[in-house]
Amino acid sequence: MTDKWPILSTLTFLPLFGALLILQIKGNSKKARYDIRNIAFLTTFFVFILSLIILADFNVELAGFQMEDKIDWFGNGISYHMGIDGISVLFVVLCAFLMPFCILASWETIKEQLKEYMIAFLILETMIIGVFCALNAFLFYVFFEGSLIPIFIIIGVWGGKGRVYASLKFFLYTLLGSLLMLIAIMAMYWQARTLDIPALLNHTFPPHMQTWLFLAFLASFAVKIPMWPVHTWLPDAHVEAPTAGSVILAGVLLKLGGYGLLRFSLPMFPLASAEFTPLIFVFSSVAILYASFVAFVQTDIKKLIAYSSIAHMGYVTMGIFSANMQGVEGAVFQMLSHGIISGALFLCVGVIYDRMHTREIVAFGGLVNNMPKYASVFLVCTIANIGLPGTSGFLGEFLTLIGVFRVKSWVAVIATTGVILSATYALYLCRRVIFGALDKEKLQDILDLSLREKFILYPMVVLIVFFGIYPSPILDVVRCTVEALVRNYHEIVLI
Amino acid sequence: MLFYGAIVFLPLLGSLIAGLGGYYGISTRVSEFVTCIFMVTVAALSWIAFFAIGFQGIKSLRIPIMQWVTSSDLTFNWAFRIDTLTAVMLVVVSTVSALVHIYSIGYMRHDSGCSRFFAYLSLFTFMMLMLVTANNLLQVFFGWEGVGFVSYLLIGFWYQRLSANRAAMKAFIINRIGDFSFLLGIFGIFMLFDSVDFDVLFLKVALGQTTQKLHFLNWDLDQQNALNIVCLLLFVGAMGKSAQFLLHTWLPDAMEGPTPVSALIHAATMVTAGVFMVARMSPIFEFALTACGVITFIGATTAFFAATVGLVQNDIKRVIAYSTCSQLGYMFVALGVGAYGASVFHLFTHAFFKALLFLGAGSVIHAVSGEQDMRRMGGLRKYVPMTYWMMIIGTLALTGVGIPGTLIGTSGFFSKDAIIESAFVGSNVASEYAFWLLVITAFLTSFYSWRLIFMVFHGKIRATADIMHHVCESPPVMLVPLLLLAAGALFIGIVFQPFFFGKAYHHFWNDALFTAVDNNIMEAIHHVPLWVEWLPFFLITIGFFMAFLFYILIPSIPERLSTTFSTIYKFLLNKWYFDELYNLLFVRTTFAIGNFFWKIGDGKIIDGFGPNGVAAWIIGITNKVVRMQTGYLYHYVFVMMIGITGLVTWMMIRSLN
Repeated sequence: MTDKWPILSTLTFLPLFGALLILQIKGNSKKARYDIRNIAFLTTFFVFILSLIILADFNVELAGFQMEDKIDWFGNGISYHMGIDGISVLFVVLCAFLMPFCILASWETIKEQLKEYMIAFLILETMIIGVFCALNAFLFYVFFEGSLIPIFIIIGVWGGKGRVYASLKFFLYTLLGSLLMLIAIMAMYWQARTLDIPALLNHTFPPHMQTWLFLAFLASFAVKIPMWPVHTWLPDAHVEAPTAGSVILAGVLLKLGGYGLLRFSLPMFPLASAEFTPLIFVFSSVAILYASFVAFVQTDIKKLIAYSSIAHMGYVTMGIFSANMQGVEGAVFQMLSHGIISGALFLCVGVIYDRMHTREIVAFGGLVNNMPKYASVFLVCTIANIGLPGTSGFLGEFLTLIGVFRVKSWVAVIATTGVILSATYALYLCRRVIFGALDKEKLQDILDLSLREKFILYPMVVLIVFFGIYPSPILDVVRCTVEALVRNYHEIVLI
Repeated sequence: MLFYGAIVFLPLLGSLIAGLGGYYGISTRVSEFVTCIFMVTVAALSWIAFFAIGFQGIKSLRIPIMQWVTSSDLTFNWAFRIDTLTAVMLVVVSTVSALVHIYSIGYMRHDSGCSRFFAYLSLFTFMMLMLVTANNLLQVFFGWEGVGFVSYLLIGFWYQRLSANRAAMKAFIINRIGDFSFLLGIFGIFMLFDSVDFDVLFLKVALGQTTQKLHFLNWDLDQQNALNIVCLLLFVGAMGKSAQFLLHTWLPDAMEGPTPVSALIHAATMVTAGVFMVARMSPIFEFALTACGVITFIGATTAFFAATVGLVQNDIKRVIAYSTCSQLGYMFVALGVGAYGASVFHLFTHAFFKALLFLGAGSVIHAVSGEQDMRRMGGLRKYVPMTYWMMIIGTLALTGVGIPGTLIGTSGFFSKDAIIESAFVGSNVASEYAFWLLVITAFLTSFYSWRLIFMVFHGKIRATADIMHHVCESPPVMLVPLLLLAAGALFIGIVFQPFFFGKAYHHFWNDALFTAVDNNIMEAIHHVPLWVEWLPFFLITIGFFMAFLFYILIPSIPERLSTTFSTIYKFLLNKWYFDELYNLLFVRTTFAIGNFFWKIGDGKIIDGFGPNGVAAWIIGITNKVVRMQTGYLYHYVFVMMIGITGLVTWMMIRSLN
């Protein structure tokens, strides 16, 4: 334990503290609901401010871990160890950024069991920030699995009609991955006699063991990302989840997978990574094509966006395993940018769902007539989603693609067709929902964005454009860390 | 910095004022006024820049603006590159844009979305200016996709119409097919040169310093082939943007947008972005001989194909759209044979006369209450005399009327003949093919252009009495832009011909266009045989008289021809059936594949064997386990006995080994 204030632990457990406060509120009166919402919002807001302070304090020149807290726990390399590097710090900020918006998005829509809902979200925030800060594989596992429980409950309790099926499916998939990861972590402990991540990063696992460890971790991360062909839980989960649940799912939870690959797979099992790179490339390019085609024929707006998320995550896995600067930086950038873009898109869907209580595409049409502001926001998010230069969506795709092109041009060629396909399904959606004449009876009195909705959506739009034009705030932070990662990888794996 | 910054960013500012102001209740008049004032300023500044760069020999400039992306060895920043080519494009873009802005005040007067329209127009101009001032391929791509997107917005401007939305989508998606290839081209360039910065690329290619061999798909390419492949990929991008053969189907449909948009985007500026890009990359294309052959081939095919379709179309805007497509083909032929100066000159003159024709057509449409079918026009000459004469001037320039061997002629005469001559002297594989097709196309161009004039302005009045009752000449705010464009269409050829490809070529271009040492085509086009100079002249004259015969003297000929040769007629009328073919090949298959992956792939296979299968399996096993618990003691003893026997046997076998 250092003498410094354990700022990461403070950040991680601050939401939990907020949850405890909410627990004290009794009853379901108007006053109580008011207090619950305000405490939840203020907590997440403070977490966001604190995360910005951490980011400001972060030294981008260093490649290693910073702001570490360490307490012995079970001894022998199983300790409570927190710390961040250039990659994880940005994910912490992303999560802290999205959370207040999630709370705001649930402001009026959650009628039942508001208290439990907010507590679930705050616990979720603790768990997610914990995953990104954990520097011990055991601790990582605890947070990683812990994050499942609240989101599982959020979908299962506050979800739509098919919520039980969706959460069961979600559970089955993740269970499979988690068990294998647990076994792998135990095997790592057996071999390396420690679960401290910085120590594991310096440990060299024997090649045959790397293969099995890699596959076990991949099983868990691939489900989270989700990588084709273990993706089918995502559309169902999204469709059933409440808006804020979708935002956090697409915005941050999916990124746990990509983050895991960068934290464990690539640096700890480089030989196995190299061995399985062709497989990942195949899965990634299949994901991009397959999910884009499927997105095209969807009839539910949320499902369409969910499939589009799968396609976009294909760029991430592809970029990570290209194992060069552009690929990995691009993958991190793509994850962050997709976090904002998909979050904004799901919030957009939430806006019209709150008004019409349906997500069927055919129920809408011609919204631009009554909702010009909404239409503009939706359009900006859409073009960011299809990667128009000048939005953050473009740079992520571009960098990962150029990274892959350097390694395997075939993969890049296939993946680049995604730019055509994404335009197809996204604009087709716009045409049916936003444009056209407003001739549906029920839509005649639909209202444009409320003040609260503007407050949620406008900052996201600004960020999407800002990072598309000036991505340096992100790229500068990840540079040193990614450089070290790529260098270490190539010291072992020669190309 | 401030000077060029003003040129590029004023339209953006105008767009933001008009766009955001529209939400917060700025009146339409204010947004019109602001955007127009800004655009006129930009146009004036552009002409100043043009004269400064092109004529006073000011060296080309690089103006850094802001950092964009740095990722290890890949760096690209926001920056301006100002040289003669940029200056020419600045003039074209800002002049046409300013005139279209002013014209739109009149044309869009009765439209409720006026602020939005002006915001889009200015945003488009900004994107286009970013494109032409780019100093690296990524900034070109930014502008490239940006204009594509605003074009999407403007084609679908009347968003209540389904056809407009469809056309907008189609335009964007087909452009994206080109962009797919363009992106791959950028990747290839980066692999070859380790940079996407124009200065670095041009320097390295001149010194022959490509860093490595390119491994593309399954091929290991040497430097020559690598350049060919990369240039072809870039060119496919240009094909999409410039509506070249195979990727052209979006352009005629794009006519769903308001007519001023067609004039600005789909005639004068955006569609010429492909030509600009190839001209900008001339230092690289010069070394890619095979690619240049393909460019010539596609260009000539487009020119011919579009002209044949243009012969039979009845929608006034579609005729001009096909004409644009065809003229872009001319420009690509010139690029392919290495006559970059001629190509850019045609781009320059074409912008004026084609914008004139479109705005003139808009004036006609305005007069006949929105009717676009030429079969329901006719005899309008007396009702809209100004428009009539403007259209005549535009047609003279488009067909390239002028006296060969002299300096008397409309602007199209100089640029188009230069291209035909360059195809004649060109030395690549497709140049002879291109020459003959272009010559035939010159004849077709003349025929369909005059057909348009005769059908619209001459002959019997075919519009309803109700419409004819409202016919009136357009207001001055629409006619003044026409006049200015007409002046351009008549005179810029004579004025600027010596600079673009004549005596002052080198002084004017100042290395903005690159020609290889052994490429002396710009010299050779001044020494072609006499018959090559005169051939287009005769053909356009014949075209004129044939149109006169068909549509004035004996108006029954077209109908008789169309019934006699109905197969050919239908083939042309249906635009060679490209839309039907593509619909069958791509649109339907996309739906089919999507449904297959979703229902079968996700539903039956992955979920069937995955979670649903596992769930069903577990339930099945549980049921069996439940059935095993029979409650009879002897069942349990029996099972126990089998277990013990098995265990003992296994231990015995183990001990034997």
